[in-house]
Amino acid sequence: MKVVWEIFNELDWSPLWISLKTGVVATVISFFLGIFAAKRVMRAPARKKAFIDGLLTLPMVLPPTVAGFFLLLLFSRRRPLGIFLYENLDIKVVQTWLGCVIAATVIAFPLMYRNARGAFEQIDVNLIYAGRTLGMSEMQIFWKVVVPAARPGIASGTILTFARALGEYGATSMLAGNIPGKTGTISQKIAMVIQDGDYLTAGIWVAIVIFIAFAVIVFMNLAAGRKMKNVKRW
Amino acid sequence: MGLKVEVKKTIGDFSLDVRFQSEASRIGILGASGCGKSMTLRCIAGIESPDAGVIEVNETILCDSDRGIHLRPQKRNIGYLFQNYALFPAMTVAKNIEMGLKGTKQEKARRVGEMIRTFQLEGLEGRLPGELSGGQQQRVALARIMAYEPDVILLDEPFSALDMFLKDHLQQEMMEMLSDYRGIVILVSHSRDEIYRFSEELVVMEQGRVVTAGRTRDIFADPKKKEAARLTGCKNFSGIRRLDAHHLEALDWGIELELEREIPEDITCVGFRAHAFLPVWKERRKNCIRVSLAGSAELPFEKIFYLRPEGDTDCQAEEDRLQEVCRDKDILSKGYMQDTKPSQKICWILQKDKWQMLEENGMPDFLQFQEEQLLLLT
Repeated sequence: MKVVWEIFNELDWSPLWISLKTGVVATVISFFLGIFAAKRVMRAPARKKAFIDGLLTLPMVLPPTVAGFFLLLLFSRRRPLGIFLYENLDIKVVQTWLGCVIAATVIAFPLMYRNARGAFEQIDVNLIYAGRTLGMSEMQIFWKVVVPAARPGIASGTILTFARALGEYGATSMLAGNIPGKTGTISQKIAMVIQDGDYLTAGIWVAIVIFIAFAVIVFMNLAAGRKMKNVKRW
Repeated sequence: MGLKVEVKKTIGDFSLDVRFQSEASRIGILGASGCGKSMTLRCIAGIESPDAGVIEVNETILCDSDRGIHLRPQKRNIGYLFQNYALFPAMTVAKNIEMGLKGTKQEKARRVGEMIRTFQLEGLEGRLPGELSGGQQQRVALARIMAYEPDVILLDEPFSALDMFLKDHLQQEMMEMLSDYRGIVILVSHSRDEIYRFSEELVVMEQGRVVTAGRTRDIFADPKKKEAARLTGCKNFSGIRRLDAHHLEALDWGIELELEREIPEDITCVGFRAHAFLPVWKERRKNCIRVSLAGSAELPFEKIFYLRPEGDTDCQAEEDRLQEVCRDKDILSKGYMQDTKPSQKICWILQKDKWQMLEENGMPDFLQFQEEQLLLLT
């Protein structure tokens, strides 16, 4: 027990902050992108919808290393986009924290998008018609009527997105690498210390990550739950 | 004041081709489910767009496909009351009412306050729609519409999902709330009672077409078309053969009828309302039909008799055979029987206060068709 306490006291906390920062930023980006994509795809004609939906959902079903491969292909500084970003905007993606965010966003985004779309498609279309006859603009209808009515779906999408982004490993390790204090997330830290045979440190990080994930999800459920009184129990 | 509607729209197999014009301020559209009446309302509101057509309200053109005019619903100043009211579930009552308003914060707040008072919603301003009763929801929905003073209010089957007691209550309430409203109101319904109670003028629709249109009372008194008669509640029909200007043979009833008034040549069918028969005992009178009881049903305030017309032995045999067939195929259901032989039985409805007659005299031997009640139809 004393050993655990010693390790805990000397722990480098940077993986925690890097993971949390990455998770929050990736969730915010996915939130808006996901809602936007959901709205666009929902209105697309059936064939186009099937195709685009497949493309947007792909990162969720593929192994994260495959997503990592494509991300590297895109952002590598030997590739057009990578070269462009670096030379014109001085932006580096590979082996940087930005890489962490991009990897986590790409992997977690489909959860937001799919949940939001599911929620939008369930909405009583009369609400939208009512908004139009009342003279509300399409923007007003969307943000004041549709999004609040779709809140349960959007809330669960957000929770899942954050949880997924927080634990992202495969694509992150390929795109951002594992630079301690810079891109070393909790997941990567656990993998690293296990390779060194340091099961105690790994165990501590595992406990921390479980605690955070569980606490966040319970908290968001409760927060959403207060507004979800009207959902029927069955 | 005036409304002009010409709408053509094809959706899959269904084609809508509706045209009517009215100067009335309370208009009813009567039709069975799926006849296109709601679609017509949606086109007027601009929620759906017609393939071709013209829609004018008080000389303002809302839609004219030839001239490429198609105002967005936001620009039409029309209020649409949905069957489920379509109140925004995440907004309070006050916020819901405010959504249709334009202007400064103070102006909006003042108008919302006015509507809350007018529609007796005091104390409910902060509630969510899910926490309100059906009647309160209807008041909020109507308040939300009336708040921005639309030129036209469209009521899309507002009472059809309600139970009987609540329906009557809400209909009365709706009439009172609309009594001060100066614009046009269109009520769409499949209920003839609702329509009769509410509308000055009536449009009867069937399978995407207008069957007839005119003053509500006139149409109920003399529907002229068989479909209109059926939708206004007439239950007995018979095909006819015109014998001369004053005689016709009612083919499905197996009798000859003599009329004082002249029978127009284009009449193809006669109808008779179930309430209108006069029971006759012993001696046959003019325009009587001999009947025998086939079945009856008792309701709280009236009794329905299903009667077999005289000389209907063929029909009887046919019916027995049919019943057998149905039993064999295990498809004996009331609906099927009614659909197969709609003209076979005569339906007679007797109010409770007249049951005494039957108790004293037994079932009548004849039913008399009184001429003034006979509907001549095409």
